Amino acid sequence: MPSASTFARLPDGPAEDITILFNGEAVRARSGDTVAAALIAAGHRITRTTPVSGTGRGPYCMMGACFECLVEIDGEPNRQGCMVQVRDGMRIDAMSGARKLAEGNP
Amino acid sequence: MAVALGLQQLGRQVTVFDEGDRAFRASRGNFGLVWVQGKGAKLTDYARWTRQSADLWPAFAEELREAAGVDVELTQPGGIDIFLSDDEAEAGVKRLQGLSAALDGDYPFEYLGHNALKRLVPEIGPDVVGATYSPMDGHLNPLYMLRALYAAFRRAGGQIDSGGTVQQIEPLGTGFRLQAGGNMIHADKVVLCAGLGNARLAPMVGLDAPVEPLRGQVMVCERIRPFLKFPSVQVRQVGEGAVQIGDSHEDVGFDDASTPRVISQIAHRAVRIYPLLEHVRMVRSWGSLRVMSPDGHPIYDRSVQCPGASLVTCHSGVTLAAAHAKILARWIAEDQQPEFVESFSAKRFDVRQVA
Repeated sequence: MPSASTFARLPDGPAEDITILFNGEAVRARSGDTVAAALIAAGHRITRTTPVSGTGRGPYCMMGACFECLVEIDGEPNRQGCMVQVRDGMRIDAMSGARKLAEGNP
Repeated sequence: MAVALGLQQLGRQVTVFDEGDRAFRASRGNFGLVWVQGKGAKLTDYARWTRQSADLWPAFAEELREAAGVDVELTQPGGIDIFLSDDEAEAGVKRLQGLSAALDGDYPFEYLGHNALKRLVPEIGPDVVGATYSPMDGHLNPLYMLRALYAAFRRAGGQIDSGGTVQQIEPLGTGFRLQAGGNMIHADKVVLCAGLGNARLAPMVGLDAPVEPLRGQVMVCERIRPFLKFPSVQVRQVGEGAVQIGDSHEDVGFDDASTPRVISQIAHRAVRIYPLLEHVRMVRSWGSLRVMSPDGHPIYDRSVQCPGASLVTCHSGVTLAAAHAKILARWIAEDQQPEFVESFSAKRFDVRQVA
């Protein structure tokens, strides 16, 4: 659910040239974006829910420290979105709570 | 902080002088166990004292919840010490049998072979030989515990001064003069709780604290849905889902670095115990320095030479926090000599006395 974002692309940057999927929905992104940057630029501010309270969270520090940007990438849970570059066709899903061990081990 | 909280709750006006973030803090490496089994094999009073503190913990946790508004996530479902070889298992069982004999059988534990353990903990791997289980053991979240101690201490009126290292303690006719940071402070009584720093401070007030650093490395993995009920010395899952894995024992002086070789050994052992951890991502690893006395047991002393000065140091600061706040503080503040305390004087290291 994209919402009004205070983050905007610089006007003179390169074009959004690839497509990724977030929760099954196509999102245009730039080659070289991190997953977190691409999602923020597309207006997705909530990209996971916490294991503790279940409330929504999104990318924060953008440098690998805070773990707020955890998402599932191509089926692999708990990846740090700010530390992974997008690829065309990448499948990203919001990380819902804590990882399950019983199923879906990559 | 447990001692400081206990003293403040007894109506003393306590100020904690904290060295600041450059200090080697043993509390950074806490594994969070409230652990009884196996401790005190060479000093039965240490086994008794440890168990007494574990028994005090439920009430102490409740008190912290009320005083600080923090749930330290204490659970005491019993704990397991997991063995990966017959030799380890034999030594472990022998140690607990010895403790049980020394305590007249009042020491509940059982040895579970692979199959019996698998019924209790289905996640163990084929390399696990067995484990000792004891209902006395448990764990808590050490970060919440630290926060709770600070908050409860402040709310009770305690002061924390993070102005810097205490350089000098000078006994006066009555009381003491402390030099900390650039300041001179006067105190009626001093309690040395400086961990490894006690070795330097103790002689200033006629005490002895022969403590040395012993490095332990630990790691924390990503949060996963709760799967582990029973904590073990090697692996435990915290209330919020992260898995904490330890630990190492390295005599490397004042170096609290984390090293890939040791961390990979620790990880390898954890995967042998619980193979389903193989693909779980490590989030952080770090090292910390334990505060070890020559025999690994606490040192509690009151100075004869400088009345009003006392000393507290131990390795198991989480397990013993309840006893430190509820019992030891009373000894320091009100001269009430609790059971067992005389066993923990540093006099036991005095070779001349022993000879």
